[in-house]
Amino acid sequence: MSFEPKIIAFCCHYCAFAAADLAGSMRLSYPSNVKIVKIPCTGRVDVIHLLKAFEKGADGVYVAGCLEGNCHYIEGNIWAKKRVKSVKKLLDDIGIGGERLEMYNMSAAMGQRFAEVANEMTERIRQLGPSPLKRNLSDESNDGCEETCSTETPERSTVEV
Amino acid sequence: MIIAEQKPLKEIREMIAPYKKVLVVGCGTCVTVCLSGGEKEVGVLASTLRLADAVDGNEREFVEQTITRQCEDEFIEQLRGNVEKVDAVLSLGCGVGVQDIAAIFPEIPVLPGLNTTSFGRPSEQGVWVEECAGCGDCILDETGGICPIARCAKNLLNGPCGGSHGGKCEISDDTPCAWALVYERLGRLGKLKTLEEIKPAKNWSTAGHGGPRKMVREDLRK
Amino acid sequence: MKSGSNLERVLQSGNFAVTGELGPPKSADPEVIRKKAGILKGHVDAANITDNQTAVVRLSSIAAGAIVMPLAVEPIIQMTCRDRNRIAIQSDLLGAAALGMKNLLCLTGDHQKFGNHPQSKGVFDLDSINLLKMVRDMRDEKKFQCGDEITGKEPRLFVGAAENPFADPFEFRALRLGKKIAAGADFIQTQLVYNVPKFAKWMEMVRELGLHEKCKILAGVGPIKSLGAARYMATKVPGLDVPDEIVARLKGAENVKAEGIKLCIDIIQQVREIKGVAGVHIMAIEWEEAVPEIAEGAGLLPRPQIAASEANMVAAE
Ligand code: SF4
Ligand code: SF4
Repeated sequence: MSFEPKIIAFCCHYCAFAAADLAGSMRLSYPSNVKIVKIPCTGRVDVIHLLKAFEKGADGVYVAGCLEGNCHYIEGNIWAKKRVKSVKKLLDDIGIGGERLEMYNMSAAMGQRFAEVANEMTERIRQLGPSPLKRNLSDESNDGCEETCSTETPERSTVEV
Repeated sequence: MIIAEQKPLKEIREMIAPYKKVLVVGCGTCVTVCLSGGEKEVGVLASTLRLADAVDGNEREFVEQTITRQCEDEFIEQLRGNVEKVDAVLSLGCGVGVQDIAAIFPEIPVLPGLNTTSFGRPSEQGVWVEECAGCGDCILDETGGICPIARCAKNLLNGPCGGSHGGKCEISDDTPCAWALVYERLGRLGKLKTLEEIKPAKNWSTAGHGGPRKMVREDLRK
Repeated sequence: MKSGSNLERVLQSGNFAVTGELGPPKSADPEVIRKKAGILKGHVDAANITDNQTAVVRLSSIAAGAIVMPLAVEPIIQMTCRDRNRIAIQSDLLGAAALGMKNLLCLTGDHQKFGNHPQSKGVFDLDSINLLKMVRDMRDEKKFQCGDEITGKEPRLFVGAAENPFADPFEFRALRLGKKIAAGADFIQTQLVYNVPKFAKWMEMVRELGLHEKCKILAGVGPIKSLGAARYMATKVPGLDVPDEIVARLKGAENVKAEGIKLCIDIIQQVREIKGVAGVHIMAIEWEEAVPEIAEGAGLLPRPQIAASEANMVAAE
């Protein structure tokens, strides 16, 4: 029985989300495992959002922002990179494993790259197997994400984070 | 502000291990500003602990609440409803906050989630430095506004010692020599001459070595 | 006379003084101390007995002093502010004086961070300047630091301090020396001198303030054992100034140890020419064997024998 991971991708409006759109219109295939959460800028992604995604049952999470130096908000993606780095360590400490979280950068024109990343991450998590949470948390933990994240989706993925 | 930093996760997990329902309490004052114990940090810590428990298969619940200040009884009262529902409190306040919650709710264990370190300020984004040691007898007027008690590794009153080099303290190149700063500042103020006077031995009795300190204002007492 | 110690007599009589350094062992073995004392004997006027140097636990300075006294080596007890508060220091000094010790060097002390107990609590109740003042007042005013009178015999100690001409801010160093002298320093031992021109510049500032007339200044010197040690001192030890030429000179040498000793002798000869330098303090910690050779090579032997009366007469002139 093959395991189909649940993956959350926090994509910034100006680059990664646009790249996802492009991938869609280019008819590039990428796994439906990836649910996209659109955010104005990766700088908006806070530690709590990444943790909540795991609490809600994600097997893998990634943040995709503009190329470094090209952030619409100048350095939002640099901040995101730092937060991802610190949460990776946290995930290592608590036994979830930092490799389940990643930071990617791409421009709006990189539809191909978007699909690649989605495939790459899905494959990685497939290899790692399901998130090691032995207990389901989604009922008891209240969701802090809804108010802060717009859940607009490109083409086909539906998102409920 | 009072500066405190979060304890290692491992230590926090060991502390809460015996309890099934824990109230994580934030404080909206100093530790919010130094980003270690405000509402946001309460959320992150509770979420992390939940995940860690889920990985280990532990049954434990966390309740989150942040109050304006953990060092004043009136605010702590606001915790009562939640305190009654849990079997331990994990405070993300400074040491004063932990003690005050424990004093108001003596029936419940109150655990420190932070290590309280000092009185200081953010010197740059993401960096907090100690600047006052609460010695009870301030001499900043004599030292150009730079405290040698908190900021000189040897609490010298007649520095700088022989280890001062290029403005750095002998203990580490990351630490500015307080006395080099004093020297520079007094130079700007045209008061270098005052450094030639011998500052007498400090009276440490006001600095906590005379027992716990207490301020009493009779005009304000009931 | 302040204490009438041999060191004081040599300095008062106008002789160029030589002091050495003896580091007590990290054990309770008195033989180590006796052996080192045997090497230093007759080659120095007095020897500093270090006080938990670099914050590493060692046999006590005062106890080691008591061991060397019968061996005809006069101790200079070192006392740091790092490990004792004013109560403990005064108590220990009464004890040292009662045991017949006559010289004391007052130091703030290296930070405990550098030693083998970095988790210990540093005391730093006093700083070296207030320590000097306290000891001077015990001797001259017969008063404890708190102001209480010493009703019996007061500790009579010839009191020294250290100064580092190479620490920053350089312009303040001579003034800070002045503070130490005002607080009661009778003699000064400086940090190791390898940069002689900078030391000479500092001495010039010292003379401008007339400090060399108020206090005896001994220049710190020491042999360098290896190229590694030279490089380490040049780059890693805060407050030491080892110029590139020194490292280069040792690098070019066939026998580094011999060159290190020769270099030390050269520096002694150079600092001796500087007005206001009253002696040298030879620091050859864990290489005490080098001291006789250096003293001999620098023409500092034999050490003078000065009777108290003689010293007094010279001082009076
Ligand atoms: S002198 Fe005392 S009160 Fe003043 S800043 Fe320093 S430690 Fe604080
Ligand atoms: S180097 Fe400066 S700050 Fe450090 S102990 Fe010495 S005087 Fe104090």
